[in-house]
Amino acid sequence: MADIRNNFIGIKSPNPFWLASAPPTDKAYNVVRAFQAGWGGVVWKTLGEEGPPVVNVNGPRYGAIWGADRRLLGLNNIELITDRNLQLNLQEMKQVKKDWPDRAIIASIMVPCEEEAWKAILPLVEETEVDGIELNFGCPHGMSERGMGSAVGQVPEYIEMVARWCKQYTRMPVIVKLTPNITDIRYPARAAKRGGADAVSLINTISSITAVNLDSFSPEPSIDGRGSHGGYCGPAVKPIALNMVAEIARDGETRGLPISGIGGVTTWRDAAEFLALGAGNVQVCTAAMTYGFKIVQEMIEGLKSWMDEKGHATLDDVIGRATPNVTDWQYLNLNYVTKAKINQDLCIKCGRCHIACEDTSHQAITHLVDGARHFEVIEEECVGCNLCVNVCPVSGCIDMIPLAAGELDRRTGKVVQPTYANWTQHPNNPMAQKPTPVQVPEPAE
Amino acid sequence: MNVRLSKGGIVGARLSPTQLAENFADLHPPFDRHEALVESDRCYFCYDAPCMQACPTSIDIPLFIREISTGNAIGAAKTIFDQNIMGGMCARVCPTETLCEEVCVREIAEGKPVKIGMLQRYATDTAMAQNKQFYSREASTGKRVAVVGAGPAGLAAAHRLSMHGHNVTIFEARPKAGGLNEYGIATYKSTNDFAQAEVDYILGIGGIEIKHDRMLGRDFSLSELTADFDAVFLGMGLAGVNALRTEGEDATGTENAVDFIAALRQAEDKAALPIGRRVVVIGGGMTAIDAAIQAKLLGAEEVTISYRRGKEQMNASGYEQDLATANGVVIRHWVAPKRVLSEGGKVTGIELEHTTIEGDRLVGTGETMVIEVDQVFRAIGQSFRPKVLNGSGEATAFEGGKIRVDAEGRTSLPNVWAGGDCVSLGEDLTVSATAQGRDAAESIHRMLTQGEAVAPAMLERV
Repeated sequence: MADIRNNFIGIKSPNPFWLASAPPTDKAYNVVRAFQAGWGGVVWKTLGEEGPPVVNVNGPRYGAIWGADRRLLGLNNIELITDRNLQLNLQEMKQVKKDWPDRAIIASIMVPCEEEAWKAILPLVEETEVDGIELNFGCPHGMSERGMGSAVGQVPEYIEMVARWCKQYTRMPVIVKLTPNITDIRYPARAAKRGGADAVSLINTISSITAVNLDSFSPEPSIDGRGSHGGYCGPAVKPIALNMVAEIARDGETRGLPISGIGGVTTWRDAAEFLALGAGNVQVCTAAMTYGFKIVQEMIEGLKSWMDEKGHATLDDVIGRATPNVTDWQYLNLNYVTKAKINQDLCIKCGRCHIACEDTSHQAITHLVDGARHFEVIEEECVGCNLCVNVCPVSGCIDMIPLAAGELDRRTGKVVQPTYANWTQHPNNPMAQKPTPVQVPEPAE
Repeated sequence: MNVRLSKGGIVGARLSPTQLAENFADLHPPFDRHEALVESDRCYFCYDAPCMQACPTSIDIPLFIREISTGNAIGAAKTIFDQNIMGGMCARVCPTETLCEEVCVREIAEGKPVKIGMLQRYATDTAMAQNKQFYSREASTGKRVAVVGAGPAGLAAAHRLSMHGHNVTIFEARPKAGGLNEYGIATYKSTNDFAQAEVDYILGIGGIEIKHDRMLGRDFSLSELTADFDAVFLGMGLAGVNALRTEGEDATGTENAVDFIAALRQAEDKAALPIGRRVVVIGGGMTAIDAAIQAKLLGAEEVTISYRRGKEQMNASGYEQDLATANGVVIRHWVAPKRVLSEGGKVTGIELEHTTIEGDRLVGTGETMVIEVDQVFRAIGQSFRPKVLNGSGEATAFEGGKIRVDAEGRTSLPNVWAGGDCVSLGEDLTVSATAQGRDAAESIHRMLTQGEAVAPAMLERV
C-alpha cells in the first residue's frame, strides 16, 4: 500500500491533505471535527493583531456559480479574517495541537505591514507550539483596502520585507501565501524566496463578482442592494492554480522552493495533479464547504489506490513528476500530428462534434453520409484541435490519434517527419535559429 | 384496506369516492421547477436533433429545453406553440416513447431519454397558467373560412387562420369543443378539465366562432359551406365504430369503448358509472388500452384485453401495454371473438377462438375458450362515414376509406382542405392532426392571399 505520509518543510502530517485557512478552520470545534474525519493538517483561519477583532458583514458572505444539476463550480466570499478574539484562537490552537500531535497546524497571520506588528504577534503564535506560520498576502477583499492581504502580495518588495522579518523573529517555518491577482506569479514567488521564506502556498482567491441580480441590479452576494468583489475559489479556479504552481516549480529562480498547492482541489485526482506539477502537499477549502469534511476519505483512498496502481511508493515519487513536461509554446513539437477519430460504436449521434467543428472550427466532421445521420472525421480538414473531444458528451468516444512518422497528413499533403521540430527552427519564424542543435527540454518519462 | 362486497353484473360505485379520485388522478404528476431544471440539464442540445425530426409538428425541442434550463419557461412555451398550439395536450397524450423520446440520444446512450413530454408540459402549463397569449391577429383580410369539427385538427387550423387575419367559423357536432381531447382520451391523462382550458386558450386569439350541435350531413352540407365561405377545412374525425360482426354482440352489456371513454370524461361522479365485475375489451390499439385500464380503475375485478394478433402487432405502444398490465389488466394475444354469450339478453361471457397466421392470412385454429364476463367493449377501430359528404354535388376522392389529401391537406375539391383522423394521412394522433390542421391553414392562407391555384391535379396524381 502506498505511503502517503507527508513531510512538508519539516512539518509532518499523516497525509498531504490540509484544510486551507478559511471558514472551515475558524475554531477548535471545526478543526477537531476535521481531524476526526481524517484531515492531515489545517491552516487555522487567519489571525489579526491584538485588539478589537474585525467585524464581518451581517448579510450574505458567499456567491456562487453552478454547473449541471446545480453542482457548485465556483464560490466567492467576502468574509474577512477571523472575527474572534486573538487570545481565544491562540488558546484553542495550543489545546488542539496538544490533543492531535500527529496533525499539522499552521497559523495564518495577517497584520499591518509594519515590523512592530509582526514582531508583536510572532512570539504569541510561537508559544502555542503549532508547526508553522502562513503569511496571508492573498485575500483580495476587505482587508486589502486596509493595506493588508493581497495589497501586500501585489508588491514583491513588501513580500520580501515581511518574509524577512518573520524569519528574523521566529524559529517557525514560514509559508508565504500568494495572491493570483497579479500579472506574473513568478515575481511574488521570487520575492518570498529572497526574503527567506521556507515555502509558498497558492493560490489565494481571485477577485470576482459571481453574478448580477437582474431585478435589483445588485452584484451578488448582495448586501442591502450593493456588492463588493469577493475572492473566487472552487473547481473553476483549478486550471489557473495549476498553471501558477507549475510556473513557480519550473522557474529558474524559484525551482525547488516548496509549494503548498491550493485552488479547487475537490478529489484525489485534483490533488495528484497539483503534486505532479510540483506541489509538496495540497490545501482544500471549497470542496469541504460544499460536501463536508468526509470528502477527505475519498481523497486519501483514491490517491493511495492510484499510487498503488502506478507503483508509486511515496509522495516523493509523484511530486514534480510533471514539472519537466511543462514548457514554453515555442518548444512544442510541430512535427506531432494528430487526427480525431470517432468510435462509431460509442457515438450516440448527438451531433455536437459536427456543429462545433462546422460552425466554429475547421469543417472537418460530417453530419450526413449517404443521406444517413453519421459523424465522421474528414482527415483532409482535421487540424487535430481536440475541440470535438472536449464537447463530446461520451467519454472516450473521440480520440486524438497521432500519425506515425512516415504517414501522410492528408490535410497538408506532407509526410509526417520522425524528428522533433519546434517554432524556434521553423522557416516561417523570422527569428528562427539556424538548424544547429537547440536546447530541447527532455520529457520526464 | 377498504374491503367491499363485490357485486356481479354491471354496477356503479364499486370503489369508494376517495379511491376513485386517487385512481383517476394525473398519471404523471407534473414537474415542479426543480425537477424541470434538473431534467432540462440532461439535454445535449443535439445538432439537427433526432427528437425534433421525430416530432410530427417539428417542435424545436433542444431550444425549448435550453430555454427551460435558463429559467425561461415562458420563452420555452412560445417555442412550442410556434409549431404546435396544442403543445399542452400533446405533452400529456403523445406517445413520446415512440416519437421524440424514442430517438433521444440519451435513450441510445443510457436507455433513459430526456423526459421531453414532461418538460413540454412544464413549459406550456407555466405559460397557460399565466394566460400568456403569444399571438395576435394580423389585420383582417375579410376572408371567411369554415372549419368542420372542433377537434385538434380543426382548432389548430382555426388558430393559424385567425393569426393570419381570416375569420373562422367552426361547426361542431357535439356540445363541447376539443374533439377526442375532450371525449376520447383517458381521464388520467387530461385532468382538471385541461381540454376545455386549452380550447379557451386557443380561442383567446379571437376571430374564431364555434357553432355547436351542428353536424355535417345532418344540419348542413359541404356544398353550402363552399358556397358561403372562401375556404373549407374538414376535420370531423371518424364517426363510425367498427362492429365485431360476431354473433350475439347486440346483448346488453356490449358497448363501444369510445362511448365508455367519453362517458368517463364527462362524468361528474365516477361512482355513478356502472362497470362490470368481469370485463373484456376487444382490440389492440390505444382505445382498447384506455378502456381496459379505466375499467380496472373503476373497480372491475378482472379485465382482459383480447387481441387477435401478437404483442408486436398491437397499435398500442409497449409503454401503454406495460401500463395496462401494471394496472392489473390481462392481455391475451392470438385470440379473436367468436360469440358473445348471453342470458336473458344480458352478456354472460365471450367465446374466443385462437388464431394463427397461415401464409399471410390470419385464421382461426378452431380451438376456443370461454371467459365469463359481464361486459364487452368493442375497440377494433373507427371508420370514416363518407355519407356526411353527400350533397356536395361533387365527388370527393377517397383513399383507404378516408378523404384523400396532398401534403398540404388539399382534397380533390377546389377550396376544400382536410386533416386529422378523417384523412388518408391520418395517424390517430393528436399531434399529427395538429400538424395537418396547421399546414392546411398555411395552404389556405396562401390561396386566399396570393390566389395560389388549388390543385385539382390531385385527381390525376394517383
